[in-house]
Amino acid sequence: MLAFILRRLMQAVFVVVAMVVLVFFGTYVIGDPVWMMVPGDATIEQVGEVRRTFGFDQPVYVQFLHFLGDVVRGEFGRSYVHGTSAIALILARMPATMELAFAALILAVVIGLPLGLFAGLKPEHPAARAIMAGSILGFSLPTFWVGLMLIMLFSVMLGWLPATGRGPVVSIFGLETSMLSLDGWRHLLLPALNLALLKISLVIRLTRSGTREAALQDYVKFARAKGLSQSRIVGVHILKNILIPIVTVLGLEFGSLVAFSVVTESIFAWPGMGKLLLEAIQRLDRPLIVAYVMVVVLLFVTINLIVDILYSALDPRVRLSESEA
Amino acid sequence: MRMMFKAVSFAVVMAASPALAADLRIALSSEPSAADPHYHNLTPNNQVVRHVFEPLVFMDEFQALKPGLAESWKVIDDLTWEFKLRTGVKFHDGSPFTVDDVIFSLNRVPNVPKSPAPKTAYVRGKTVEKIDDLTFRVKTATPEALMLNHLANIEMMSAKAAAGVSTEDLNAGKGNVGTGPYQFVEFVPGDRFVVKRFDGYWGAKEPWDKVIFKFIKSDPTRVAALLSGDVDLIETVPTADAQRLAKEPKVAIASALSNRLVYLHMDRYRAETPFVKGKDGAAIPNPFHNLKVRQALTKAVNRPAVVERIMEGEAVPASQMLPDSYAGTSKKLKPVEYDLAGAKKLLAEAGYPNGFKLTIHGPNGRYTNDSKIIEAVAQMFTRLGIETAVETLPPAVFFSRASAGGPDKQPEFSMILAGWSAGTGEPSDSLKALLGSYDAKLGRGSANRGRYGNPAMDVVLDKALATVDAEKRAALLAEAAEIAMNDVGLIPIHYQKNTWAAKKGLKVTPRTDEYTLAMSVKP
Repeated sequence: MLAFILRRLMQAVFVVVAMVVLVFFGTYVIGDPVWMMVPGDATIEQVGEVRRTFGFDQPVYVQFLHFLGDVVRGEFGRSYVHGTSAIALILARMPATMELAFAALILAVVIGLPLGLFAGLKPEHPAARAIMAGSILGFSLPTFWVGLMLIMLFSVMLGWLPATGRGPVVSIFGLETSMLSLDGWRHLLLPALNLALLKISLVIRLTRSGTREAALQDYVKFARAKGLSQSRIVGVHILKNILIPIVTVLGLEFGSLVAFSVVTESIFAWPGMGKLLLEAIQRLDRPLIVAYVMVVVLLFVTINLIVDILYSALDPRVRLSESEA
Repeated sequence: MRMMFKAVSFAVVMAASPALAADLRIALSSEPSAADPHYHNLTPNNQVVRHVFEPLVFMDEFQALKPGLAESWKVIDDLTWEFKLRTGVKFHDGSPFTVDDVIFSLNRVPNVPKSPAPKTAYVRGKTVEKIDDLTFRVKTATPEALMLNHLANIEMMSAKAAAGVSTEDLNAGKGNVGTGPYQFVEFVPGDRFVVKRFDGYWGAKEPWDKVIFKFIKSDPTRVAALLSGDVDLIETVPTADAQRLAKEPKVAIASALSNRLVYLHMDRYRAETPFVKGKDGAAIPNPFHNLKVRQALTKAVNRPAVVERIMEGEAVPASQMLPDSYAGTSKKLKPVEYDLAGAKKLLAEAGYPNGFKLTIHGPNGRYTNDSKIIEAVAQMFTRLGIETAVETLPPAVFFSRASAGGPDKQPEFSMILAGWSAGTGEPSDSLKALLGSYDAKLGRGSANRGRYGNPAMDVVLDKALATVDAEKRAALLAEAAEIAMNDVGLIPIHYQKNTWAAKKGLKVTPRTDEYTLAMSVKP
């Protein structure tokens, strides 16, 4: 177990280093950030000054060595635009994104699992067909469009929910959350639903196919023959067996919810780290982009590790030391 | 149980009740990078800090100069100005505003560490001499015609409260003490900037208890936020929505002609230019050196069509660097009339009866509808016989290549579309930067990505820049503009309009400088 975790961490370090190098040189190739920093009417002299301040006049390898020096000293670079620590900027916005992703994940499970079970148990039922058709829509509609439609319907036309922003934030055990007040949930619901839409469809499909497969297995037939109640067969025997692939996929999907909430965050003006990344890319704020990538890579590695450990808990046949591949 | 139910229903009522009537919620399209007034010289920053900090000289909604924290001034000689401060001005911490604060602020400007766009140019070459607590003189190395315009961009900070505070301290509220009508409350990057009324303000009392600026970059979301009542006012109304919003019964629109010109620059420094080819694809000499070609191009641009179809009326055809309502512009210059036949004739006379091939480059998403404008102009040129292709790039890529993407760090493209906003509220900076002969040492032609140069214009412009008398300077600037525009140094297309949309019942005074200020909004 320990060896497994250590090996995973080694892999993580390698991935982080590779990503940092790629992103650093990638953003260098795009263009000179100075033009995104100075006002349109800056003189050549001013542009030159700013370049010198930030070291843009140095060759790229010198800039990279400076950056590595900062990393070794424990400072992961300061955002060019904000002038503050890039990691601190990202961490300050992380709770908002985590909260959004977490809410989306809950919605995906709470909505997706029962619908998927139903569609799996009664595949010929008209409602099951409607659910499956709906899940195709969920897969194929673009997030930004659905987001705008949600805003138009629930905020502009019906006026039920606010269109933008995050509700009042309270701090609990050092964790910031807006999930403890009604107003917080009112703000959270639409963006979470928008972000969850694709995942709901995914859960529906996974659950349905898992259920259909499991329902025909011998152990289920045997349970029926034994006279167990339908709820016990579904709740204990089927559900427990189909959960393994769903947990694996959801674990990975949580990472992508966090990393790719960019679209939802910018449409709902949700003050999370996705919106920060978008602006950093537009302004070529290299330290911020690099720091974001590092944080997300670490997040993915951690989630994968947790999923692997959970996996072994759900399925006793899996031994962590064996999964070297 | 009943108690709990009561508590819940109470919470529902609390949450559902709208914000207090005396709060103003404004959605901004771009967010400031800091709450430090001297850190980043960009409109998103300047407009929010302007609520907390004030300059010595104000610019009104037409960018005309007005006394601000300085009550009056006079020119002693070409190199000396004398200013008298307003009496009774107090900082938010209660301390009086004096000449010491002026000296502190002017000294702080060039010393903000890691500033991505310092305001240093505004204070360079100026030394302050204290006469008494409310009187001081500014001495300059050379005659400084733009003294007042420069001072209008420097916010006054408290020598006591702001001594030694960093940009990060100011973001967190430490030392964030100004003389403005509003006091700093909080700045949450990525989310909001909040100020509250300062009751000890020297001027008229503001009607709003609290002003909340929300940062909503996405255009449709900003509009939806207004329609759903999340905010009371939005800036930068998308052109596609402006006409629809004007018909909406609960929305009022306010718009003003801006100081932003959208124009085309042509390569004027190379004998052969890389993105112009003969019809057969062979290299040809740079046609833009020929005045008749330039005249043909400007005649081929159907400005009213661009304004009506692309900008949906949210612009005005341009004739020079700034609309002629500004001082220092020429009344003689009118937008060039669309005349395709005349343009074809000129092109033939210039020796290009069959035209040539051209690629126009431009940013995608920097100016309102920028890529659509380029496509429209390209079609107009193609009608003229110049086979025109379009290549738009992300702004970050475009500006670094357009400014220094070629060999020897020279501009790369043959023709570009760009925009320019005259922050000083008069045309001398525009003429100097966009049309002055390129000279890095003199700081002339700094945004002249076409490298146009006309010594006759430079002479008149230099004279204007050294003339302190406002009227004489205006006449010289108008003359310089006429020389450059008659020579087609660049092709002006239109001046953008700035549009705000507000909840019905709010009175919004639109500004030409694109600033969104709570001070312009009255219930």
